[in-house]
Amino acid sequence: MRVAGKGLIDRDKPVRFTFDGKAYQGFKGDTVASALLANGVKVVGRSFKYHRPRGVLTAGAQEPNALIEVLGATNQTPNVRATVQEVFEGLATRSQNRMGSLRFDLLAVNDLLSPFLSAGFYYKTFMWPRAFWEKLYEPIIRRAAGLGSLSGKADEGHYEKAFAFCDLLVVGGGPTGLMAALTAARAGADVILAEEDSRLGGSLLANGEEIGGMSGPDWVAQTLAELSSHTNVRIMTRTSIVGAYDGGVYGALERVALHKAPRPNLPRECFWRITAARTILAAGAMERAIAFPMNDRPGIMLASAVQAYLNRYGVVPGKRITVFANNDGARAVARQLIAAGIEVAAILDSRPDASAVDDCPVYLGAEVTDTRGRHGLRFISGRHAKGVFEIETDCLAVSGGWNPTVHLTCHMNGRPRWSEDIAAFVPSDGAVPGLVAAGAANGIFTTHGCLASGHEAAKSALGALGKVAPAMTMPRAEGLPYTITPLWEVEGKGRAWLDFANDVTTKDIKLAAQEGFRSVEHMKRYTTQGMAPDQGKNSNVGALAVLADATGRAIAQTGTTTFRPPYTPVSIAALGAGGRGMGFAPQRFMTSDQASRDRGAPMIEAGLWYRPSYFPKPGETTWAQSCDREVAMVRGSVGVADVSTLGKIDIQGRDAARFLDLVYTNTFSTLPVGRVRYGLMLREDGYVMDDGTTARLGDNHYLMTTTTAAAGLVMRHLDFIHQAQCANWDVRFISVTEAWAQFAVAGPKARALLNAVLDAPLTEFPFMACGTVQVGGVQARLFRISFSGEEGYEIAVPTRFGESLFRDLLAKAETMGGGPYGMEALNVMRVEKGFITHAEIHGRTTAFDIGMAKMIAAKKDCIGKAMAARPGLVGPERQQLVGLKLAIGTPPCSGAHLFTVGDKIGREESHGYITSFAHSDLMGACLALGFLKNGRARHGEMIRIVDHMRGLDLTGEVCDPVFHDKEGEKLRA
Amino acid sequence: MPELIAKPALEKKPLQVGGCQLQAVDLGPITSIALFPGQAKAADKALKPLGLAFPAPNAVTQKGSAMLVWTGREQAFLLGADAPDMAGVAAVTDQSGGWSALRLSGDKAADVLARYVPLDLRLGAFPVGRAVRAPLGHMSAVIMREADGFLILTFRSMARTTWHEVETAMRTIEARG
Repeated sequence: MRVAGKGLIDRDKPVRFTFDGKAYQGFKGDTVASALLANGVKVVGRSFKYHRPRGVLTAGAQEPNALIEVLGATNQTPNVRATVQEVFEGLATRSQNRMGSLRFDLLAVNDLLSPFLSAGFYYKTFMWPRAFWEKLYEPIIRRAAGLGSLSGKADEGHYEKAFAFCDLLVVGGGPTGLMAALTAARAGADVILAEEDSRLGGSLLANGEEIGGMSGPDWVAQTLAELSSHTNVRIMTRTSIVGAYDGGVYGALERVALHKAPRPNLPRECFWRITAARTILAAGAMERAIAFPMNDRPGIMLASAVQAYLNRYGVVPGKRITVFANNDGARAVARQLIAAGIEVAAILDSRPDASAVDDCPVYLGAEVTDTRGRHGLRFISGRHAKGVFEIETDCLAVSGGWNPTVHLTCHMNGRPRWSEDIAAFVPSDGAVPGLVAAGAANGIFTTHGCLASGHEAAKSALGALGKVAPAMTMPRAEGLPYTITPLWEVEGKGRAWLDFANDVTTKDIKLAAQEGFRSVEHMKRYTTQGMAPDQGKNSNVGALAVLADATGRAIAQTGTTTFRPPYTPVSIAALGAGGRGMGFAPQRFMTSDQASRDRGAPMIEAGLWYRPSYFPKPGETTWAQSCDREVAMVRGSVGVADVSTLGKIDIQGRDAARFLDLVYTNTFSTLPVGRVRYGLMLREDGYVMDDGTTARLGDNHYLMTTTTAAAGLVMRHLDFIHQAQCANWDVRFISVTEAWAQFAVAGPKARALLNAVLDAPLTEFPFMACGTVQVGGVQARLFRISFSGEEGYEIAVPTRFGESLFRDLLAKAETMGGGPYGMEALNVMRVEKGFITHAEIHGRTTAFDIGMAKMIAAKKDCIGKAMAARPGLVGPERQQLVGLKLAIGTPPCSGAHLFTVGDKIGREESHGYITSFAHSDLMGACLALGFLKNGRARHGEMIRIVDHMRGLDLTGEVCDPVFHDKEGEKLRA
Repeated sequence: MPELIAKPALEKKPLQVGGCQLQAVDLGPITSIALFPGQAKAADKALKPLGLAFPAPNAVTQKGSAMLVWTGREQAFLLGADAPDMAGVAAVTDQSGGWSALRLSGDKAADVLARYVPLDLRLGAFPVGRAVRAPLGHMSAVIMREADGFLILTFRSMARTTWHEVETAMRTIEARG
């Protein structure tokens, strides 16, 4: 029900939204909760376990009951707090955790079974038969005891991540935070003021107090105007600081557009990482409930929530309201309700010594002992010194006191301290370096005190920042002391809820204590108290008070469970913002990319690079046809392939040769200038890291190439070796992968093709030579190396000329019966030659395994040399690189395991596996490379090849891994 | 004889969105100069004709259109000028064309970069004339502060991703209003 003249909503801007398919009207500034209450909707959800009807309990971030699903066009967000979600035109929501309608939930049968469904019920009941748990019990239980549902589709929404830096982060924009921010702003500090609500003001928007001679909201507006005028202040509303981390870093979730209809490019949420030199925690306090029998009915709310709905939203949740409290704070709520013309049935104050004077009946020493009304509160029963009573009421405003919002101070292992004065935990000093709690978050519960505390906290933060706080006079504000006599639980017949969200009652806590789960951490896990989306914000202190009582300890001794990030739920989509689809990783394109695509080449990913798989010709319908043609083309005339993706590292200095001798197994100091040598590199543990060729461009100048896959890894390895082992050596290196475009030109007509593009024809240029040539006046590098087994060259030009050279090479090649070849053909040819790739040097093979033990030079040391000689890394027990010849037409079987013919097919009998496979027209066979136990001694043996995944059982002949041109005559042609 | 045509890393028209401008820049020659141990003095001598001193970490030295940008431990990139002879003093490596350069300018340029760069880009912490090696999303970048924004260098092969990322952030900032 709306109250005329009250609230900060914009009554000129009506907003229509739906809840469970029914249309409702609210106003701009409403939350779903306030709008539903204004429309008289009492039941907004079903409880987790017993499926009891539940109404709105709070008016803020800690809401345990009013969790709803928000339905977007492309996303469905579960467990949204109706007290946080603002209404907007077209918003569609629905209740969750029900079977059938919200009013008649079929699973409410659980409520009748409640005597059996106490804590530990599942653990005890569904023990047997064991196999039933996963298949039968768990799915049923999960269906019945759940929260919101997911759509099962990918969230197509746009999310964002960002970084921010400031001198002072103020967490919370209530009186404390506003005063802190104002102080720091005037001192010229860079301030970020983060407020989880949609507007600044905190309690000042809701408590009806005057401040500085004006209304709370007016003072907030005036303060906001000044803060906004400071360019050094960034105000972030709808932003929850969710975690405190090392180095003054805070995680924050901003609800950028969850209160608006979707718009292109507008992110739904943004996950911020804010780095602050100093932080003031001004997060306020949260009111807590009292565990009295049947305290969970719709219409039973926190007193502060009733106050907020009245003053901020102009809504009263009932016609005849009763107040039940153990402190003075709730009295103001009753008075404001009366002033607004709302009937207050009574004030029940649990303290016998409290004031009995108010404009409505006041029961002192009173407690609520029972309630009635399934879909909304109708009656309460109570007792006080003079006996029992019953009150007809449709809304009960409860206050069990206030808990400072200490959460962030516990994120780095800090423990809060129990304060007897306010019967609540307060932050420990210094719990988070650079962070100071102020105001209500530090247990100061008057507006006057909060303003002074915020100012003081800012002053000391400014001091630490080397800035001077301006002199300021505090605006006049209320300063009545807060008095409380703790009341945690009211004994009685019915269930008394502590954790509304997870349906945990006082009985469950006592049962946990009785069964030996006396530690607060054990109690939590046994009962699930505090494990719901609200993470115990409403129940934590109450539950441990009951536990303390049940175990005969003080609350301070009982302690509290650990508050961990995030403070409020964070969507995974926000944490992973930008990482969907192509946002997962950068795309790397070669200079030839467009030219390859122009020829219809399907591109495949090789690391981050895109490389052409094959170049289809008209009439070719399968990749294999194109691949076979390309292989024949290279072996018969000439082929061109872009090999720019291979890592290229330029190494210079007087110690360059020495450095290479250290990182490679073989010797490079003896390599003549103008020559290239194949090199093998080990990891420090002696296994093979990478291979490639390195050219000596000058006395003190080398160019190393790495594989595509390990380019970054090798660069990092070299950096590490340099910095850790030989930092003083005269050697410098830098990646030039991106600076040069490099193309393989291979085949019997390779030289002819080169001569067609070079400014001067090649003269003497033997196998493994390198040198400088000119192409169209551009200086290029030429290397005579081959990965195909044919006469091969690689020509490199500065990257900007890459595309042009590639197109020229192809045009010329095609006049010679040649053309481009892709990764598939490249792979077939290297398998025919027995050349290894990372399929073979996959991190678990040694130089011995791949038949290169002799490449570990005896005369010098190198990284990994000693470790490579460890027992077990050499010898006949090792699986060694072999070739395998299979019948033509055999399907690919990489990954298949090798077995001695006649052996059992089992894990322990496996003698090895296949790493690479190729169909070879040239050899008239299918060829494979693989590792076989003692394989080099088994050439000629027939071996059984079993591929469980593809369902293959084959035989092949073990042979030398080099199938084609063993003597390398073609290379040297 | 073929004539090789030079192509830039990225062929994009300047983009004006949300108070920011993004454009691909041709920096001309880029040369890495990595000092050999103990050659700092000799390097300054060799660089003198250019009017440039070897920059301190995270600094840029500039004279006319020539610029020396710190890019790593005892390493700097020379932009806008041909490298002098520094044989024996520094490892000089041609990096031209290996980098894509984007210029991001406008009031909200720092806000755009804050979507990807985990560093303090406030003017006080990162004033004009400073340079950093920093991640830009998943990419490794060299970022320089200019009078009206930033000059961003990433690997040439990643130029399209860089543009796409920055454009996405620009459009996001614009949509946020």
